[in-house]
Amino acid sequence: MVPVIEVIELTKRYGRRTVVDRLTFTVRPGHVTGFLGPNGAGKSTTLRLILGLGDPTGGTATVGGRPFRGLPRGLRQVGALLDAGDVHGGRTGAAHLRALALSNAIPATRVEEVLHEVGLAGAAGRRIGGYSLGMRQRLGIAGALLGDPPVLLFDEPLNGLDPEGVLWVRRLFRRLADEGRTVFVSSHMMAEMEHTADRLVVIGRGRLIADESLAEFAARAGRTAVTVRAAEPDRLAAVLTAAGATVRPGPDGALEVTGVDAGRIGELALEERLLLYALTERGASLEEAFMELTADSVEYLAGEPR
Amino acid sequence: MSTVTAPALPRPRFGDLLAAEWLKFRSLRSIPWVLGLSTLAVVASGLRSAVYTHGHYTPGPGDPAVMAQVALNSAFDTLSADIVMLVAGGVGATLIAGEYATGLIRTTLAAVPDRRAVLLAKAVVLAAAMLGFGALGAGVSFGVTQAVLADLGIGRSIADPTALRFVAAAALFAPVCALVGLCLGTLVRHSAGAVVGTVLVLFFLPSLVTERYRWTADLLHALPFPAWQRLARTSLAGLRPTEYPATVAGSWATYALWSLASVAIAAAVVQRRDH
Repeated sequence: MVPVIEVIELTKRYGRRTVVDRLTFTVRPGHVTGFLGPNGAGKSTTLRLILGLGDPTGGTATVGGRPFRGLPRGLRQVGALLDAGDVHGGRTGAAHLRALALSNAIPATRVEEVLHEVGLAGAAGRRIGGYSLGMRQRLGIAGALLGDPPVLLFDEPLNGLDPEGVLWVRRLFRRLADEGRTVFVSSHMMAEMEHTADRLVVIGRGRLIADESLAEFAARAGRTAVTVRAAEPDRLAAVLTAAGATVRPGPDGALEVTGVDAGRIGELALEERLLLYALTERGASLEEAFMELTADSVEYLAGEPR
Repeated sequence: MSTVTAPALPRPRFGDLLAAEWLKFRSLRSIPWVLGLSTLAVVASGLRSAVYTHGHYTPGPGDPAVMAQVALNSAFDTLSADIVMLVAGGVGATLIAGEYATGLIRTTLAAVPDRRAVLLAKAVVLAAAMLGFGALGAGVSFGVTQAVLADLGIGRSIADPTALRFVAAAALFAPVCALVGLCLGTLVRHSAGAVVGTVLVLFFLPSLVTERYRWTADLLHALPFPAWQRLARTSLAGLRPTEYPATVAGSWATYALWSLASVAIAAAVVQRRDH
């Protein structure tokens, strides 16, 4: 099995609400692929569909060429951490993992290994109800590693981890990818993925926005952003938008402009005889590139022509 | 970069799922306590009843069949049946509803995508554990109470086929109730709601149905609690005859059908639902 996650025209509707909308992308081995989107973009639903926990309204999601739901046992093929809360607080961490291991015919020694690997060996005999969120994340990661699978899915795995834990998780993901595994990690924070992923799948409102390497994505972000203060910001915004710029309201009535440089903004303002108070150029961050892209998707879905 | 390919996978065995579900069942601290205390309650209730009978027994030319029934009833009466119904039904309901309420079901199904196998393993483990619980309570209570009544000459031996049926009906009542609870827990997915639903179906449904008409009598006899009542009646001697009496075979069939239907419905729901 080549451990590729393939999502083709995947669609999920709940009643009239379309949560995942004809999504197509491929996640390949050897990379940590970040799965980015604002809250409610459909990331968790997509991961659940990949894991066969829901049935798609349309399209397919396969792992290694087969729908996951058709497999009799899952842990040796795909390790997943969907939600660190998906455990029973009344059991000990060790009992939780042992039950998972038993169901997939994984030897009990492997439970000890993963407990050591995630640093929970000392807490394994305690009930999960007393764990902190960070400890639960570690327990969930231990469960995902249990079957030594070629494909790993993590939904917001950095939530609740302390800085040391975040660093540890990043190194772990990198190592798993370097071992040739497929690592797919969701997040709603670009800043988290910037240092974790080397490829990105970005979605907004259930639709694909970008599927590229972090370098390609960063190239988009290479464009500068300009902060403009003007006497008549609304008129200026209209002029800049007509010239192909993306304009977002900034703090204190300022405009955050991407897509045109400061010189061009000055020219346009002069032509239209618009008074400018300030014109500040700066490099846009990956975070801004992400915000701009996802804001675009919202505009697009609202039916406004760009 | 090398590509990790999955090694040859072990053949999936249902026994692995049974072992996993059994570990999950016994690793919840509340379960041994609930089962232990309610077993004590069943035995204590029997003992109290046997001591009462012992103190109020006046030998006379009574019908031996009636006396045999009196002796058996002290081993496992309606109160004991109520305890078993509540505990077994509640354990069955919370076993699966707790898994849904905590979200553990997603972890479970991501590890074992074969949903029907998961549900079936859970049902088998639950039924076996509850049969053990029912057999322990009814068996110990039978032994203790019949020993108390032995010196009156009315104590029964388990070698007596009617006594064996009486104890078997009591022991098997627990897994039947537990599987009904499992089904409702799967449907409701919320622990408290599932327990309330189970209590409604097992306790209150029988009291809503009259024995007056043929079809309602059939309906009544096809409910778990009335089925247990009929099976616990080793003789109809001394009872007011009814127009549409329940049958022993029909009552055993009721046990079987409720169990099978509960598991079938739960499996179908788990198979279809989004998790």
